[in-house]
Amino acid sequence: MQPPLVDITGLTVDFDTGARIVRVLHGVDLAVGAGEAVGLVGESGCGKSVTWLAALGLLGSRARIGGQVSLRGRNLVGAPTSALESVRGRHIAMIFQDPSSSLNPVHRVGRQLAEALRLHRDMDADAAMVEARRLLDRVGIADAPRRLDAYPHELSGGMNQRVMIAMALAGQPEMLVADEPTTALDATIQAQILELLQEIRRDTQMALVLISHDLGVVAENTDRVCVMYAGRVIEDAPIATIFGAPAHPYTQGLLAALPDLEGPRRRLTTIQGVVPEAWNLPPGCSFAPRCDRADAACAAAVPPSLALAADHRAACIKAVPQPAPAAGRA
Amino acid sequence: MMRYLAGRVLRGLFTILLVMTFAFVVLRLSGDPALLIMTVDAPPEAIAAFRTSWGLDRPLWDQYVTYVLRAAIGDLGNSMRDGRPAIELVLDRVPATLAITIPAFLLKIGIGVPAGIYAALHRNSLADRLTMLVSVAGFTVPSFVLALVLVLVFSVKLGWLPSSGSETLAHAILPIVTLGTAGAAVIARFTRSAMLEVLGQPYIRAASAKGLTWRRVVTDHALPNAAIPTTTIIGFMIGALIAGAVVVESVFAWPGVGRLLVVAVANRDLAVVQALLIIIAATMVAANILVDLVYGWIDPRMRTRHPAGAQ
Repeated sequence: MQPPLVDITGLTVDFDTGARIVRVLHGVDLAVGAGEAVGLVGESGCGKSVTWLAALGLLGSRARIGGQVSLRGRNLVGAPTSALESVRGRHIAMIFQDPSSSLNPVHRVGRQLAEALRLHRDMDADAAMVEARRLLDRVGIADAPRRLDAYPHELSGGMNQRVMIAMALAGQPEMLVADEPTTALDATIQAQILELLQEIRRDTQMALVLISHDLGVVAENTDRVCVMYAGRVIEDAPIATIFGAPAHPYTQGLLAALPDLEGPRRRLTTIQGVVPEAWNLPPGCSFAPRCDRADAACAAAVPPSLALAADHRAACIKAVPQPAPAAGRA
Repeated sequence: MMRYLAGRVLRGLFTILLVMTFAFVVLRLSGDPALLIMTVDAPPEAIAAFRTSWGLDRPLWDQYVTYVLRAAIGDLGNSMRDGRPAIELVLDRVPATLAITIPAFLLKIGIGVPAGIYAALHRNSLADRLTMLVSVAGFTVPSFVLALVLVLVFSVKLGWLPSSGSETLAHAILPIVTLGTAGAAVIARFTRSAMLEVLGQPYIRAASAKGLTWRRVVTDHALPNAAIPTTTIIGFMIGALIAGAVVVESVFAWPGVGRLLVVAVANRDLAVVQALLIIIAATMVAANILVDLVYGWIDPRMRTRHPAGAQ
């Protein structure tokens, strides 16, 4: 097995809020192979985006980052800014949730695209504009020459996300981190954008990390899923395993909360309780207070990530791979 | 664009008319110039003659209409004190005022903008806190107090600079510094908060994620956006170039527009006060139109949002 493209081990992030220091990532372990498509799911605030923002050094000065993020063996944590700048966009590109506010409102789309091209591909202004037009074509924007002169507010959210994707492609990265790329878009546009990402992946062999809270989106677009809860990866398995035989009670709860498209109508299951605050985590398993299976051992120590199969890990001492409860009931 | 501009100019003219009307009403309400300019013990015939010659005996509406119509052709009446055209008196003073307000304006921008940007980029650092502390002091201390302190230090104690008058270049320094300090403080605060607002926007993080150096993120992405709100406050200061130095000119006996205003009000020189107010209103209105045009230039969203925004 070849070494992963990006290997995150024991990644921690602490935010200095001024009043106190809050740990939001508690040692994230996550590996993404070259060309692989990995989904990262979890509730808001569980650390999905922070993981990748930390990896690229985009969290700003109030964040303290520990652990390791190795890109082809090169550690990015604590690397000098110039090293991180040469990774961003060129090796790992990132697109964001709200495309319309991720583009600079005072610059034309073409200029913003050309900026990335000149930066990463050493093009002069004219060559960059030609390539920018090709990229807009590539991401399915009709009438590309005219769109180059448009400002972001003149384009729809879906089109702006296509522009963001084109911009990400400008650096010909090995990996694209898509942070909830379709959350702000309506359902039809969402499908088109995901389709576009698939198509680009087929063409370029680029790895994809798809951050989402939508299990369905992740299921259709990735090979493997990492489930995060309260700043840790609690389960990591191929799509089929996650949906067929999830092992962590939290994953099982998430799946049970999905509505069925077929079969008799049933009341949706919810996970009892709420996610603990980042500064007030229980000493043991952070899911224990909400878990049916929890006992004294769960509350005593943070459960290690256990290998249940070669490609399946779960951080639960009571992990039992089994179909989601709802699937059994339905 | 032309329609938009025409609309703005029309609105501006209306504003000036409002100011004229207001000036007219207030000045007529606040006492009889004939009694003030002539001495109280002047013979009644002389007072009556004075009233007739200035039209003060005619009905108010008649005075008002005459005043507005004459103003429309540029005739703002004559000074009741020395009989010269009021507009001439005012325009004579403009260069002296601009001689201190323009350098002060450049000082405000030259210090305020970089200080604000620096403070925002080093938020919560010692330099940031210090800048903001100085800035609070800068705009809370009234200008006449600052002026007196500066005179005390640089004229009385050190004897480096003259305390009042306008004979030499050195005379202009203290008025300029006094005017510039408060303005620089305001601009620094405004620029800082505009920058902080912009730096928190998603497109700044996205620009960093692209691989741009922080320096280029700041110069190419943050600054052009932060310029939009900062333009507003700088525009106001352009509007105040003529009228913003009333207090400072009085303290330093600087023979500018502001001092003329104080003297004309004290003397009830109606035509001069009216002429001053009209000129001041006109510069404010012009500055506002200028700001709107600059907005359209630096913020593309403005261009499309108000295609013919005369309303």
